[in-house]
Amino acid sequence: MADSLLKTNKATIRFGGLVAVNEMNLDVQRGQLFGLIGPNGAGKTTIFNLLTGVYQPTSGDISVDGVDIRGKLPCEISALGVSRTFQNIRLFADMTVLENVKTACHLRSKQSILDAVFRTKKHQQDEQEQETFALELLEIFKLDHLKHEKSTSLPYGSQRRLEIARALATRPKLLLLDEPAAGMNPQESVDLMKLIGWIRDRFELTILLVEHNMKVVMGICERIQVVEYGQTIAVGTPHEIKTDKRVIEAYLGSA
Amino acid sequence: MPPLVKKLLWSLGTVGILLVVNQVMVNGIGGYGIPAQDYYVRVLTLVGISIIAAVSLNLINGYTGQFSIGHAGFMAVGGYTAAYISFYYGAGILNTLQGLPLPVALTIRLFISLLIGVVFSALAGFVVGMPSLRLKGDYLAIVTLGFGEIIRIIILSIDSVGGARGFSSIVQGATEPPDQRMFEFLKESIFFWVFLFAVITVVIVKNLVNSTFGRALTSIRENEIAAEAMGINTTRYKVIAFVISAGLAGLAGGLFAHYDNYLNTNSFTFVKSVEVIIMIVLGGMGSITGAILGATVLTILPELLRDLQQYRMVIYSLLLIVIMIVRPQGILGRRELSLSGLFGKKKTV
Amino acid sequence: MLQTFIQQIINGLALGSIYALIALGYTMVYGVLRLINFAHGDVYMIGAFVGYYAAQKFGIASASGQISFGGALILMMTAMMASASLGVVIERFAYRPVRKYPRLTSLITAIGVSLLLENGGQVLFGADPKFFPILNSAVTYTFGSVTVRLTDIIIVVVSVSLMVLLQTIVLKTKLGKAMRAVSYNLDAAKLMGINTDFIIAFTFALGSALAAAAGILVSLSFPKIDPLIGVLTGLKAFVAAVLGGIGNITGAVLGGFLIGIAETMAAGYLPQSLNSYKDAVAFAILILVLLFKPAGLMGSVAPEKV
Ligand SMILES: Nc1ncnc2c1ncn2[C@@H]1O[C@H](COP(=O)(O)OP(=O)(O)OP(=O)(O)O)[C@@H](O)[C@H]1O
Ligand SMILES: [Mg+2]
Repeated sequence: MADSLLKTNKATIRFGGLVAVNEMNLDVQRGQLFGLIGPNGAGKTTIFNLLTGVYQPTSGDISVDGVDIRGKLPCEISALGVSRTFQNIRLFADMTVLENVKTACHLRSKQSILDAVFRTKKHQQDEQEQETFALELLEIFKLDHLKHEKSTSLPYGSQRRLEIARALATRPKLLLLDEPAAGMNPQESVDLMKLIGWIRDRFELTILLVEHNMKVVMGICERIQVVEYGQTIAVGTPHEIKTDKRVIEAYLGSA
Repeated sequence: MPPLVKKLLWSLGTVGILLVVNQVMVNGIGGYGIPAQDYYVRVLTLVGISIIAAVSLNLINGYTGQFSIGHAGFMAVGGYTAAYISFYYGAGILNTLQGLPLPVALTIRLFISLLIGVVFSALAGFVVGMPSLRLKGDYLAIVTLGFGEIIRIIILSIDSVGGARGFSSIVQGATEPPDQRMFEFLKESIFFWVFLFAVITVVIVKNLVNSTFGRALTSIRENEIAAEAMGINTTRYKVIAFVISAGLAGLAGGLFAHYDNYLNTNSFTFVKSVEVIIMIVLGGMGSITGAILGATVLTILPELLRDLQQYRMVIYSLLLIVIMIVRPQGILGRRELSLSGLFGKKKTV
Repeated sequence: MLQTFIQQIINGLALGSIYALIALGYTMVYGVLRLINFAHGDVYMIGAFVGYYAAQKFGIASASGQISFGGALILMMTAMMASASLGVVIERFAYRPVRKYPRLTSLITAIGVSLLLENGGQVLFGADPKFFPILNSAVTYTFGSVTVRLTDIIIVVVSVSLMVLLQTIVLKTKLGKAMRAVSYNLDAAKLMGINTDFIIAFTFALGSALAAAAGILVSLSFPKIDPLIGVLTGLKAFVAAVLGGIGNITGAVLGGFLIGIAETMAAGYLPQSLNSYKDAVAFAILILVLLFKPAGLMGSVAPEKV
């Protein structure tokens, strides 16, 4: 068998009577760029919330790199190497662009509180490293010239890119992107998708991508899973998906 | 200059300046006809204590964005613990330190009392924070209020710290005849100690918030879910902030106990907590200089309003309402005042 | 033993109905505005003082400071109307201007209003206690060693009637329906054409009137009143509201009775030396309940959608 980084086995979550995710099996290989698509309300964001510990599954297993993550806190899962962006942008509003990214560097920070209180050498080195890494990430996303702007003063598309930069600052193995191109114009989304492919190689990531725009996903994903009403209706290569009858019915019919 | 030397020079300089100011304020300058400033010593000492209380509360309410209304409870724990040590063990400590020059022995004794006070209030902060910080917003506010009241009621029922009568002759202790040495020592130096600890508090909080920990705390305030997703253990950091904040509140309480030489639970009601909140709200939540400004204004204001004693609290409360309506972010908002830029500009956190 | 128990239950019911009456105001305001109206306990105090001054103005009380049942009723009506107006004024001039700001701002404003009423009260009424007129028909019934005061019975009967009245208003009238709509979703209610400002003001009026009624009932039973009587009573009533699940009317009543009974039990059973702890009981119960049921006994929290 190939090398799975993320695996769910019949992951299910109910909200009262609604089964938002129903016996979902996901298998994402290390290094893959994996697309998750489906119509509105299909349960894509809910899957992300299950994978990151925001919600706990009602039943089923979820493991990342062989580690069972059920019952773990979001921050613990993040420490295991899972990072994400949010569909409804969640930046640290009153902080600058640079601070947003530096905040996420905290996870791999080496100083202790006492280092900070006494401003030790370790503290200064660590702060310096955070700054350097954060600036490097901002540069990749062409946000470095905006580093001292308040994060929420950025245009929508830049805010989405900033969220990705922030997610990368935790040095993840698995990156979950929830509709990163939403609200961008076609040119911007094409550029973004190219960039996503590039960072995957640059940071040796595995990426799980939720995206509405079929064309975009088909263009860059190696494997795609289609969900509807919380259930998988197809998994396969872009080519297989494109020709799947149920997908055409369900997804293209409603999108 | 190597950083360590620089730090040392700064520290010595600060201590030196404070000592000189203390000397001038308390004793005046004989030859030049500058009299002692007893009145200002009193007011400024209270300002210093308020600064410690406000800056420490700001760590949790301003930076971490968790609304606690129980600060007075922690001040009470620190104050009463420090007072207890001074009263019951002060003589013993001085005996143990017999060989040392008296001022040194008294200083050590003061430090021990304050330190134990800080440890206990920090512990109280942990015990209170651990369960309650899971709650959000209003619920947290009300639980901290409840804990604050419970702490006060418990202290009220402890007879060895005076109960409802209050705790008096704290620094003289239980010996017969009362030992006046600490009292005389503090009369000469409490102004210095209070400001030394105020500076230390400000430096601790400033260094914390301007570090990766400060950003972690602020991210909890800004977006808790995103903070968690970025690997920040929000519960842990809330508790840490709460413990530090409570510990420093205990320092303020301990200094107050040694300054006033008398404690009464009536000074640590919910109203006291609100007073500290008003200080940081007025100055600007999430700004250290704002907290200092708020603490200073709201400690001096009642002195200015002395003739209007009766109306003091009425004016206070009206002020609070008007600030909320007109400028809810406080005078400075989240900006910091700095000497370099008289017009405060937001420093990178 | 059993008799002490029954005695404390009876005392607890009387105290509990007071807490419940006040808790209703907290819970209703929280329902429509998500605001802890810290000043509510002080509105209760103002109610008692309005009654006190009305008794003097109207010459209802006899020279020895006694009033008839009808007289008390008039005082209560007056106090309820005065407090209702006060509630509306507070909402209009303090809370409405800060409604658009973050919720913390309203909370601090509410603390400000509370301090204003307490300290304004001390300036206006004087800090020393006043003595409320006593019911001339104030009698006690004794069953074995259990004593029941007429005032306790009046407290329970009047409170429960008011609660039933409130429930009827909330469930059966158009205004009540609008209140529920605003509680459910203020913005949606506004879009549906409900005059939300009016409904919010009406909610304050209702809650404040109930608090004033509680103020009169308590004063008839414990005639010593001062400008700070609202602080602790208000806090405990608020605790009762949170305990029941704030925003939930039935919860507030349940919480009120629970706190009342727990407190009288503590007063009855704790040794004399620990009696000061009876004031801590309400907070201790609250903390315990919140730790296990973070939304209170009858409330529910929806997890935040991510
Ligand atoms: N916390 C929650 N409580 C109740 N229902 C929820 C919750 N979170 C999600 N749901 C429901 O689960 C279903 C799936 O929602 P989800 O947000 O995962 O869809 P999605 O595929 O991301 O849709 P979109 O393309 O619109 O983002 C929806 O019906 C939603 O209303
Ligand atoms: Mg979604």
